[in-house]
Amino acid sequence: MLDDTDRLLINRLQDDLPLSSHPFAEVGKELGLSEADVISRIEAMKETGAITRFGPFFDVAAMGGAFCLCAIAVPSDQFERVMIEVNDFPEVAHNYERDHTLNMWFVLATETPEGIAETAERIEEKTGLQVLCFPKLQEFFIGFRVKA
Amino acid sequence: MSVETKISDREIIAALQGGLPIVAAPYAEVAGKLGMSEADLVARIAAMKDSGAIRRIAAAPNHYKLGMVANGMTVWDVEDAQVAELGAQIGALPFVTHCYERPRARDQGWPYNLFAMVHGDTPDEVEAKRAEIAAILGDACHGHDILYSKRILKKTGLRLRKRG
Repeated sequence: MLDDTDRLLINRLQDDLPLSSHPFAEVGKELGLSEADVISRIEAMKETGAITRFGPFFDVAAMGGAFCLCAIAVPSDQFERVMIEVNDFPEVAHNYERDHTLNMWFVLATETPEGIAETAERIEEKTGLQVLCFPKLQEFFIGFRVKA
Repeated sequence: MSVETKISDREIIAALQGGLPIVAAPYAEVAGKLGMSEADLVARIAAMKDSGAIRRIAAAPNHYKLGMVANGMTVWDVEDAQVAELGAQIGALPFVTHCYERPRARDQGWPYNLFAMVHGDTPDEVEAKRAEIAAILGDACHGHDILYSKRILKKTGLRLRKRG
């Protein structure tokens, strides 16, 4: 389980990592930890899944691409098959099972705006199920921090 | 111009999309694999941050593993004329992490046009927050629902499709 130091570290790591030669040493200095301790704690948290990923967060929209939230109503007896088929698309950045008739919700990230509709169509062909697209019309706020 | 400008942003993204190596000098390690200097890679990453292509270099936490077991996507059918004003109020609430206006899909039984993600330690806490949102929306809201997440099926961030 995570200790208080891990929690402190995970909060710090949700902010930007410095672009210096030894960024983990810098983070450690802020928190009173050694570079080796920071590195081994991050490794351990990746291992246990407390951190799913560590690295740059790309914004495909700023690179001329697009994001889109999509959903499928998957019959329960087909869920595992459809999950494997959908997850196999590299354009699927995250995918959640939710408690609703529309029970699979995923985010597509594509290198071009046209890529969203194209990918949604390919997923429909692959799964045989309708993909509903919910592109954002307005964004009201993005909070990056979570309570750790 | 140095010879290293031949290395495209695409190659840099491909080298970083799986994550940054957790080693003492991570930029030097990635730069070595790309055949460029650490300083040049850092300059390129800095430029991508300036352009917005990279938002930040950070950890993606798993809320479940952190004990935040309840994660509800609340969805609301809000009067179109009021969605901008009310969306801004909902988005400003401290417990709402993401808030968007999205198109309805009425023919699919989906009348909702405002999405607000709410995290909490317990389902009761999420329900209380949902009631708070309902109170703010008042009569402008014609229906709402909450979709709890049951499972993370995938969480990788961006993956470029291989070219060629």
